[in-house]
Amino acid sequence: MTGKGRQFGEVILKVENISLAFGGVKALTDISFDVREHEIRAIIGPNGAGKSSMLNVINGVYHPQHGRVTYRGETRHAMEPHHAAAMGIARTFQSLALFKGMSVLDNLLAGRNLMIRSNIFLQALRVGPALREEVHHRKRVEEIIDFLEIQHVRKTPVGRLPYGLQKRVDLGRALAAEPKVLLLDEPMAGMNVEEKQDMCRFILDVNDEFGTTIVLIEHDMGVVMDLSDRVAVLDYGKLIGDGTPDEVRSNQAVIDAYLGVKH
Amino acid sequence: MIYRETGQYKTSYESDQQLFPILQDKAFILIVLAFVFGAVPFLASEYLFRAILIPFLILALAAIGLNILVGFCGQVSLGTGGFMAVGAYAAYNLAIRLPDLNLLVVFLLAGAAATVVGVLFGLPSLRIKGFYLAVATLAAQFFLDWAFARIGWFTNYAPSGSVTAPAIRIFGYTFASPVEKYLLVLAIVCIFALVARNLTRGAIGRSWMAMRDMDVAAEVIGIRPLYAKVTAFAVSSFFVGLAGALWAFVYLGAWEPLAFDVNRSFQLLFMVIIGGLGSILGSFLGAAFIVILPLMLNQMPGWLGMELSTALISHIEVMVFGTLIIFFLIVEPHGLARLWAIGKEKLRLWPFPH
Repeated sequence: MTGKGRQFGEVILKVENISLAFGGVKALTDISFDVREHEIRAIIGPNGAGKSSMLNVINGVYHPQHGRVTYRGETRHAMEPHHAAAMGIARTFQSLALFKGMSVLDNLLAGRNLMIRSNIFLQALRVGPALREEVHHRKRVEEIIDFLEIQHVRKTPVGRLPYGLQKRVDLGRALAAEPKVLLLDEPMAGMNVEEKQDMCRFILDVNDEFGTTIVLIEHDMGVVMDLSDRVAVLDYGKLIGDGTPDEVRSNQAVIDAYLGVKH
Repeated sequence: MIYRETGQYKTSYESDQQLFPILQDKAFILIVLAFVFGAVPFLASEYLFRAILIPFLILALAAIGLNILVGFCGQVSLGTGGFMAVGAYAAYNLAIRLPDLNLLVVFLLAGAAATVVGVLFGLPSLRIKGFYLAVATLAAQFFLDWAFARIGWFTNYAPSGSVTAPAIRIFGYTFASPVEKYLLVLAIVCIFALVARNLTRGAIGRSWMAMRDMDVAAEVIGIRPLYAKVTAFAVSSFFVGLAGALWAFVYLGAWEPLAFDVNRSFQLLFMVIIGGLGSILGSFLGAAFIVILPLMLNQMPGWLGMELSTALISHIEVMVFGTLIIFFLIVEPHGLARLWAIGKEKLRLWPFPH
């Protein structure tokens, strides 16, 4: 499926010369790459290469010391998380960060909280617009529940679900916000082959049906090479390769980083 | 609850999102309401109203308020007594300085005054969490205690520091007897319990719980920590302030600052923890447990025919009470509300194990 007959739009997200350090530890050094609309963009690299930090810069959890993030034509030095969310960037988390005490429905509905317009008094009385909003958002959330095939657990507290389902709820919560760009931080970590296949199917369907741009961190090389249109490779916080899966596969620096160098 | 929801199909999301989607639950709550409004006023004795039912209802309201903050939003507070005092003294000052103002409006404004103070003391929660926030709210408690004891204006320069609430007249009707007071408090508590339930199952409640469960993720999906925490403090303080005004006017009648000291804060926190964090029903159960149990323990030796001195009885009461709290926390840390939920789930399947 790599690149064959797939149409991409304009560059939707661009990071330029991003450098991020925690005290003396340099997490990212001078990273630049772009993401085109409707693309599936993978970020790979060994553990500690700075992949998650990169996502955290994109949606504003970390503020880099240097560099710029351009999203849909707007350039800023750093994002703010709620601003990124309002502009259509959603993400899932490597270590699950679901709202464990809330039901699946409430987790997904929370993903749409940004769109709630009625004020606290209307919500207190649950009348008029407040009630209509609750019903409307419930409808949209039910569509995502159908899509992810988690109907049977919709009212179960998330903390009681098995790991694979929790990963799906995490994806569902991100989808609930109807994002333009979806950042997926190791969506398949710790899954068995069957669960991975399901997750791949969901990711491709999201990309295909909703036209969502996807930025994906993943360790399973088979998955990365099959799913993604372009791959960026990080190693020790530096960008060492960028291109189509085939280009990256034959890149000497990438091979060295993954397989080691002969001394 | 030996019934099942079998056969009750929902064809719209409205009907599935009702407060009590199951027919039997709806019937049950209606029966309870009919009983407490219609039957209890004729059945209960004056002592029961004065010593148990009225304090139980008012403290349940305060516990709902605290539960919104601690149970739903995950922000610990030890300043509840202080915020109750704000409500009480605000109501007192409004009532004596603006005697023509409707007392219901006075109560609501008292809640609003507590809201303002609560938000002010809640702002540090944006920076500090957990134990540190608990200490900050404890500071609020001591500050408010001090303010109401030392600043004469709040007590209208009463020489002893003790103040007396005016009679409860609403729309020309005087609520004097315990039954009338009980019905007034009951109506207010029912309305605000419904409000709390609506808020906690709506969008704002989801943002509170999201803050509680995983604040970084909440921020990433677009929930503003400032808005979520400040609204939780505001709503919580409103409930607590309203309860404080009712406690002063309806239950105490005359009071001094000591009525709202740090012991009250701890008592309310116990109610919320024993009743069940993050549960409106739990607030009622916790309040009932804390109000009724000491009275029962106090009467117990008499019922068992033991001749014990009053001092010894009160010592035993405190000891047994403490032991029971620890026992409950070990057996069911999620409180009485969880026990109720588990019981319901078991009965749903009874007599089958699965």
